[in-house]
Amino acid sequence: MKQLIKLRVNGIDEELYAEPWWTLSYVLREELNFIGTKQGCEGGHCGACTVLIDGKAVMSCLYLAMKARGKDIMTIEGLEGENGALHPLQEAFIEHFAVQCGYCTPGMIMTAKAMLGENPNPTEEEVRSGLSGNLCRCTGYTKIVEAILSSAEKKGN
Amino acid sequence: MRFDYLAPPTIKEAISLLSKYNGKAKVIAGGTDLMNLIRTKMIKPEYVVDIGHVPGLDYVKYDDKGALSIGALTTIRTLEMSAQVKERHPVICQAAAQLGSMAIRNVGTIGGNLCHASPAADTAPSLIALGARLKIVGPAGERAVALENFFTGPGQTALQRGEMVVEIQAPSMPPHTRGVYLKHSIRGAADLAIVGVAVIATSNGGCCRNVRIVLGAVAPTPMRARNAEEALEGKEIDDALIEKAAQAAADESRPITDVRGSADYRKEMVKVFTRWAIRGVIPKEETVNETTHIIQRGEK
Repeated sequence: MKQLIKLRVNGIDEELYAEPWWTLSYVLREELNFIGTKQGCEGGHCGACTVLIDGKAVMSCLYLAMKARGKDIMTIEGLEGENGALHPLQEAFIEHFAVQCGYCTPGMIMTAKAMLGENPNPTEEEVRSGLSGNLCRCTGYTKIVEAILSSAEKKGN
Repeated sequence: MRFDYLAPPTIKEAISLLSKYNGKAKVIAGGTDLMNLIRTKMIKPEYVVDIGHVPGLDYVKYDDKGALSIGALTTIRTLEMSAQVKERHPVICQAAAQLGSMAIRNVGTIGGNLCHASPAADTAPSLIALGARLKIVGPAGERAVALENFFTGPGQTALQRGEMVVEIQAPSMPPHTRGVYLKHSIRGAADLAIVGVAVIATSNGGCCRNVRIVLGAVAPTPMRARNAEEALEGKEIDDALIEKAAQAAADESRPITDVRGSADYRKEMVKVFTRWAIRGVIPKEETVNETTHIIQRGEK
């Protein structure tokens, strides 16, 4: 039976009636229209659905919406700055042509944001290992790694 | 995928729900394994009991004797990053770091990884090699089970009606004791193990004692390679002995053929990874350096 739940997404409280088995990715996309979060494999292998929960990267396809109550959820839409300004990571992805078909990009960027939050100056190896849960089927990994490294460098300056 | 969601606030209430809905309920901790089983219709629980709201099950503690207690809800990522565990039981951190991607480790718990009872569970081999025990509570009270005896088959454990694991305990590592966990997989940590090998041994340059060799993903449950242990126990290790132990481990493994590798290939890889793991715990400069190099490459 559906029940009323409250989720805090990108700093705003959202109320909805949810079935107990709905995953966070389903609720974000189908109920709250945060369609920046993608669903790929729906099994925790591809990372397309990565969002931040209390600042940590999480596969939202394996995360029950019920469990997300009372937590701070951030999707790719939450990176938007004032007057629609892009986040430095998004700018870096554009600058380095790190987007091909674009489907993996929100997951890649959210993973990168969590990674840089914990480790602001990662090595290339650390970036690659941090991205090991995110698949790009266009296989454009080199540009993605370069974009993340350059974004980290700029923050340091 | 339909179930009722129950979120008991205490262990007592969780046990009472699990007893009441025996066979119809499943515990959810992080959910990274359970959600996959439900989604793929491997299991169809009527009730999902979320123990995430039970306070006091998320901790990493050492007592005066250096024994380690880990709350069942401790995430894999917390274990991986724990400075205390890195210093006193580094093999646990090494195994935790190789379990899934960062986003899985942020959510998945040590209790969940063990209770899911996958033959390939990355935390199991090193914990069995350390002689870990599980604290289990249920309707009849509390009991302890050696992790080695906890797994009874793929996805099967010694848990009885209404029982749940609340703590994982590991004794301190004696001086001159080293441990290594190596994982062979296609996508590194993000993928399931084709073979996992944990080796722990005490050696101060001379004889090797307290040897434990535990294999993952090559039998219905994580298994001790007792013949391989025996080949090394109390002996001074040389290359011929390492070879003998590695071969013994391969011989006693019982892998299946699946999408990740054939049984024959897995046996061969048991030999290779057991050999590397043994070299990793022997304090000879050359062999250690060589193995360290291999381990570092493996982690990338």
